[in-house]
Amino acid sequence: MAEIVLDHVVKRYPDGALAVDDFNLEIADGEFIILVGPSGCGKSTTLNMVAGLEDITAGKLLIDGQVVNDKAPKDRDIAMVFQSYALYPHMTVGDNMGFPLRLAGLDKDTIRTKVQHAAEMLELTQHLDRKPANLSGGQRQRVAMGRAIVRSPKAFLMDEPLSNLDAKLRVQMRTQISRIQKNLGTTTLYVTHDQTEAMTLGDRVVVMRAGVVQQVGSPAFLYAHPANLFVAGFIGSPAMNFFPGQLKPDSVVTALGEAKLPDRVRQQLNGATGTREVIVGIRPEHFEEASLVGDKPGATFDAPVDIVEAMGSDVYAYFTMQGDQAHSQELDDLAKDTGNELHSGGVDVTARLDAGADVRRGQTARLWYDTSKIQVFDASTGKNLITD
Amino acid sequence: MQPETTNRKLMWWGVNAIVLLYAFIPVLWIVSLSLKDDATLNDGNYFPTSPSDDSYTAIFNNSDFLRALANSIGICIIATLIAIAFGTMAAYAIARLDFPGKRTIVAMALLVSMFPQIALVTPLFKIETAVGLFDTWPGLIIPYIAFALPLAIYTLSAFFREIPWDLEKAAKMDGATPYQAFRRVITPLAMPGIFTTAILVFISCWNDFLFALSLTSTSNARTVPAAMSYFTGATTFEKPTGPIAAAAVVITIPIVIFVLVFQRRIVAGLTSGAVKG
Amino acid sequence: MTATPTAAAAQAAEDRMDDGTLDIARQRHTDAKRAERKLGLMLVGPAVVIMLAVAAYPILYAFWLSLNKADLRQPDANKFIWFDNYVTVLSSPIWWTAFGVTMLITIVGATLELIFGMLLAIVMHRTIVGRGLVRTSALVPYAIVTVVAAFSWRFAWTQGLGWLAPENSAPLTEFWPSIGIIILAEVWKTVPFMALLLMAGLALVPEDLLKAASMDGATAWKRFWLVTVPLIKPAILVALLFRTLDAFRVFDNIFVLTSGSNQTSSVSMVAYSNLIRGLNLGIGSAMSVLIFITTGIIAFAFIKFFGAAAPGSDAEGRR
Repeated sequence: MAEIVLDHVVKRYPDGALAVDDFNLEIADGEFIILVGPSGCGKSTTLNMVAGLEDITAGKLLIDGQVVNDKAPKDRDIAMVFQSYALYPHMTVGDNMGFPLRLAGLDKDTIRTKVQHAAEMLELTQHLDRKPANLSGGQRQRVAMGRAIVRSPKAFLMDEPLSNLDAKLRVQMRTQISRIQKNLGTTTLYVTHDQTEAMTLGDRVVVMRAGVVQQVGSPAFLYAHPANLFVAGFIGSPAMNFFPGQLKPDSVVTALGEAKLPDRVRQQLNGATGTREVIVGIRPEHFEEASLVGDKPGATFDAPVDIVEAMGSDVYAYFTMQGDQAHSQELDDLAKDTGNELHSGGVDVTARLDAGADVRRGQTARLWYDTSKIQVFDASTGKNLITD
Repeated sequence: MQPETTNRKLMWWGVNAIVLLYAFIPVLWIVSLSLKDDATLNDGNYFPTSPSDDSYTAIFNNSDFLRALANSIGICIIATLIAIAFGTMAAYAIARLDFPGKRTIVAMALLVSMFPQIALVTPLFKIETAVGLFDTWPGLIIPYIAFALPLAIYTLSAFFREIPWDLEKAAKMDGATPYQAFRRVITPLAMPGIFTTAILVFISCWNDFLFALSLTSTSNARTVPAAMSYFTGATTFEKPTGPIAAAAVVITIPIVIFVLVFQRRIVAGLTSGAVKG
Repeated sequence: MTATPTAAAAQAAEDRMDDGTLDIARQRHTDAKRAERKLGLMLVGPAVVIMLAVAAYPILYAFWLSLNKADLRQPDANKFIWFDNYVTVLSSPIWWTAFGVTMLITIVGATLELIFGMLLAIVMHRTIVGRGLVRTSALVPYAIVTVVAAFSWRFAWTQGLGWLAPENSAPLTEFWPSIGIIILAEVWKTVPFMALLLMAGLALVPEDLLKAASMDGATAWKRFWLVTVPLIKPAILVALLFRTLDAFRVFDNIFVLTSGSNQTSSVSMVAYSNLIRGLNLGIGSAMSVLIFITTGIIAFAFIKFFGAAAPGSDAEGRR
């Protein structure tokens, strides 16, 4: 078990492309860190640098206080789980799991005991003599985990370990990985492009974009206080709704009409006074049907509801408001990543309402939103103007 | 539906029968010739009427033939082993590493595989006579390796390319040195490909006629295909049909067994290098 | 702890372009490349040395010999005579007859091989019964030693001995029947190889595409010409290229079937006769060089005009 420190780490390819720029992070012993971001954001490169599969161009990587920049992967004592699992097809499950121990020169009995122990933890005991080709996807994934666990390494590195599983299995394995990590207490660096995994697994989450760290923090903190438009749009599902607007001294004007800002928000905005162009972010769950709210402070508007999805526990209402869409480089990046590049003629909004909300397709509904929960971003820099 | 599928099956069995006839008629003909006795040899029948093993007795008592058989087996096995060893090394480098001149080497291998062997007969004859390799085992083994290498390199590099990069990375992470990764992960995975390539290389050496004919002069290194054309009969104009047929069958049997047992692998090997390109 | 790509950060990144990281990246890259290069060259070394020693050096030597009068029967008369040997060869009717015969065998042979190879490939690919049996037996002609097969055909057509021989003529002593039998022997032996290459191409044609074409109203014949053939064109070209070059080198079959009598010699046969039987190394080498050049022209034409992809040209995905 170990503490891992990335100190001003830079990865630049010889063609000049900057894959990771000035990455700083201190990972505490036993911590579960998630690296998340769209494809090409440098998260896998960062993981490979920690693994030793790619060299570090500048900066320092320390494991347990020791600089390991120039150490080969085998001398770093860290284990890795690959997206493709990378199981050796010519070895049985037991041999796969025992391979690192055999390379380390352990005697056969020790290897068997350790493999048995790991197999029990992962419920693989009855599959130890089978070849990977005869296993299901979930079983293969567990073997890959097992191969990492048997070594009791200083740290686990996981490169999208769940993305080859189907949705249901992915949820199961997610909880299992979380449990194993908590039991073993091994420092873990986990790469994913799936924000749900990031939110559910990590002690802390590192959001990356184009090689640059956007924000580091606990999942709850990132959700409640995104540092910029990118983090706000990336974290949360369904995604946050964005409206271009004008910030006035004590109100904000958007496609939803003019809303008075609560005192607390105004205070948090203290650095940014005066009229200016902003992008307002509202999470889907901060909408509600007006009649269900009572007299809680907030703002109301009329929504021409297109589609209603009743999920049982709540109701999703989709509608389009007249007005310009919010535009920024960060939001465009996100749209490209999700493949959601269709544009309707207005601002598409998703609202998550109480199961008892009376909204119908094709009808206009009176909706309310919580003005104390809104986020206000600078339209040009994308920075969140609300600070603690 | 039922009668239609039956009809289609019958139709395909008919087609299959044509393929079988095509493949086996010349082979069975030489087998049956080898089994004919002197009296019925010239009766022109496809099948022998009174089978005998005279021809086989004759060739297995012929020291030149036995020597040629030993030459064929020894030369082809040694050439195959060396070609596979060098070919595996080169194929791994071509499939996995980046180094200058890689394209040139691939092009050179292609050129060698298209080479008209006849163009090399004279210079090789001259050179081998000069250095004393003419009419020796190494005198044949070296050209066989050279002409087997392109085949070995193409086929093996296709096999190496199919091994995922992640496995090598995983081996690195599991604590393997590059040599250990090659030895314990890459080689076992490439083994089916290496084996298949060995069969193809062996067949191509076994088949050679031109070099065996031109680079040997005595039974010292002459292989069976060349020796067969030097078999002499009662008169100098008449080739001894029976013994030639028997010798032909003897060198055909091992190859046919290879093919029957390893059909799937040979098909995979023959097509892997050529089409994926 | 937050960081945002502000203008300042972007400027900082710009500045770092000049702080030497690019140099470091290039240096590291160079070091890693150098190690990789060394290993790569070490691994290909032995193979390259052998191929150079057996193919490259001798062909240069053959070229040198072809410029000399080099007759082993008159070793004292050897001297450098420039292109006289080529003049002799190219003005000799024997050479041109052999060249014509070789081209005839190559063109007719390769055409027949393509047709029958395609038929056999379709049978092996499509048959619903006994697929393993068909594929295995189709490999037999490929695996049999050419000389053995040649003897089988020779005996079969030998008067009074063979089951195919006519009553009162000897086909292997006449020109056209001989050529026919040589082509038959070549085609029989190499159709399976052709078929295997084509079958690998057929296996790459997605079944859904053929289903879609048949939903669009294409008959089986049209599906073959409009969907299958365009898709397997690369496989066809590679197979044809291999076979054409191989057919042009035809030697074993002619040697056994006719020994080149009645003007049935191929260019390889004539060269062989001059070299080994006639011991005229100068003339033989000139022929060898001419064969080498012709082969080169054929290969070049295939790759240039038909766009046959040279095997081994690969796109790599390393990371």
